[in-house]
Amino acid sequence: MKSTTIGILVVAAILVVLPFVAPNAYYLDLTVRMAINAIIVLGLNLLIGFAGQISLGHAGFLGIGAYASAVLPTHFGWHPLVAMGAGAAATAVLAGLVARPIFKLKGHYLAMATLGLGIIINIALRNEAQWTGGPDGMPVPAMGLFGFELSTDRQWYWVVAALLVISVWASLNLIDSPFGRALRALHGSEVASQVVGVDVVRYKVAIFVMSAVFASLMGSVTAHYIGFVSPNFADFFHSIELVTMVVVGGMASVFGSLVGAVLLTALPQALATFEGWETVVFGAILMGFMIFLPKGIVPTLAAKFGKGD
Amino acid sequence: MLAQFLQFLFSGVTVGATYALAALGFTLIYNASNVINFAQGEFIMLGGMLAVYFTMAGLPLPVALALAILIPAVVGVVVEKLAIEPVKGAETVTLIIITIGASLVIRGLIQVWLGKGTFSLPAFSGDEPIHILGATLMPQSLWVLGVTAVVVAALWYFFNRTLTGKAMLATSYNRLAAELVGINTGWVLFMSFAMSAALGALGGILITPITLTSYDVGIMLGLKGFVAAVVGGLGNGLGAVLGGLLVGILEAMGAGYISSAYKDAIPFVLILFILFFMPRGLFGGKSTDRV
Repeated sequence: MKSTTIGILVVAAILVVLPFVAPNAYYLDLTVRMAINAIIVLGLNLLIGFAGQISLGHAGFLGIGAYASAVLPTHFGWHPLVAMGAGAAATAVLAGLVARPIFKLKGHYLAMATLGLGIIINIALRNEAQWTGGPDGMPVPAMGLFGFELSTDRQWYWVVAALLVISVWASLNLIDSPFGRALRALHGSEVASQVVGVDVVRYKVAIFVMSAVFASLMGSVTAHYIGFVSPNFADFFHSIELVTMVVVGGMASVFGSLVGAVLLTALPQALATFEGWETVVFGAILMGFMIFLPKGIVPTLAAKFGKGD
Repeated sequence: MLAQFLQFLFSGVTVGATYALAALGFTLIYNASNVINFAQGEFIMLGGMLAVYFTMAGLPLPVALALAILIPAVVGVVVEKLAIEPVKGAETVTLIIITIGASLVIRGLIQVWLGKGTFSLPAFSGDEPIHILGATLMPQSLWVLGVTAVVVAALWYFFNRTLTGKAMLATSYNRLAAELVGINTGWVLFMSFAMSAALGALGGILITPITLTSYDVGIMLGLKGFVAAVVGGLGNGLGAVLGGLLVGILEAMGAGYISSAYKDAIPFVLILFILFFMPRGLFGGKSTDRV
């Protein structure tokens, strides 16, 4: 069997066993959040790790999805699934529109543009209080699926776990496809990939839109799962957290994305005991990871044990 | 009409001067190391908060202000030594996360030490407003503009007329060539962090009597300083100053004439438009890729 197939099976096995060993509801809730973040980070890693493009505004897309799921059913009576699709479509259109001019930019200019986009979305969500509830946020109606209402944490767990396994499988396949090879090529050298006939801008736009839609869909899922949305979903710091998960887990590593998401979702919970010092400790840990494991956990371990990812 | 316009202009130029100082800080560090220092905003916050703390502790104003500039400069150097130097040549996104980590540590420490309250500093020379063509100008605004002008002039002199400044400039053009002619580029990096932290802190001190300060003001101020630096074309000192003023003025005009709720969004809308049409900022040169 290929090592990636084994990887998927291991992930699936862990996901099947977890709810039975989770000691209480708190841990089940934490695993759902980890899995949601893992799916977003998988998409973001395709953009950052494989295609080599930075986005400091992905929480903005997550916010669009989350608020589509809150606003459209509440104010217009849309079915949650339709609202979720509309959020994803709106995200795709927005990401596609800004992507072309944005991807003429490189490095820090690209970071600036995506950061700006995320902040504008966040400010809009805070200000349009008649629709979004402003800074206080708003409740989200429950998600119905084929006449059956998703409500308990355990139901959500199975939905999110299934989505995660599918996402891992899809990401691994994508990387091995011609599309994935083109992405890696343009990370290596844009000029060289252009010379061999890769339409660089088209690929960058495609992967940007795709990762934005991932974020939007998972924003919707988060909104329904928690039952509440607030502008914090879309704030700058959340974008940074997502990027950090990519880098700490390991850029261009599918399983690294999972490790990064799990660790950094758990970390703030673990730090809650440091009363008041959470921010300091969190910042110090981020710096430590970047200084001592700049390639990320999974690639570093893989290199150490001489095994490819 | 005119009075209102002037009023917006005054407040825009005042805030813009702070952005300009922050943008100069971004530029200095970027030129020395190719790093965008996301902790720059925290130096602005440190300047304001420390000035408040030392004046409340009873130190005379000049001593308090000197300490409030000196300590952030030391913090900047510590950040450079501990966090930036060990990862020389790392990927952009790694460096971004390191500087964000540093900003969290600084912000967190201040939050633990001085709390989450909002603080103010008395204006340096009274609160008696000056009336100009129906608009009012606070004396503190003159302090902000005057000091910024002096700093910009001093920096210009430093980079164009002194050997040290020219060495720093040379390093920004070509690090290897600078090393070959005997410039200590490690020391240049050290100086850049100290200077940019001091510049940020100075801006933070000057603006505090007008806009107040708290442990978390650094995030927005820093990001807007970054916008200003990019508007002017990253790495261009004069561009950073003009970019800062432009961002400040447009923000004040937008808040006054369009929507005050969207005030904070204006710099970011501006930067998106500029980057869409001029991918290297207003004053950035053309780039060529070496293949």
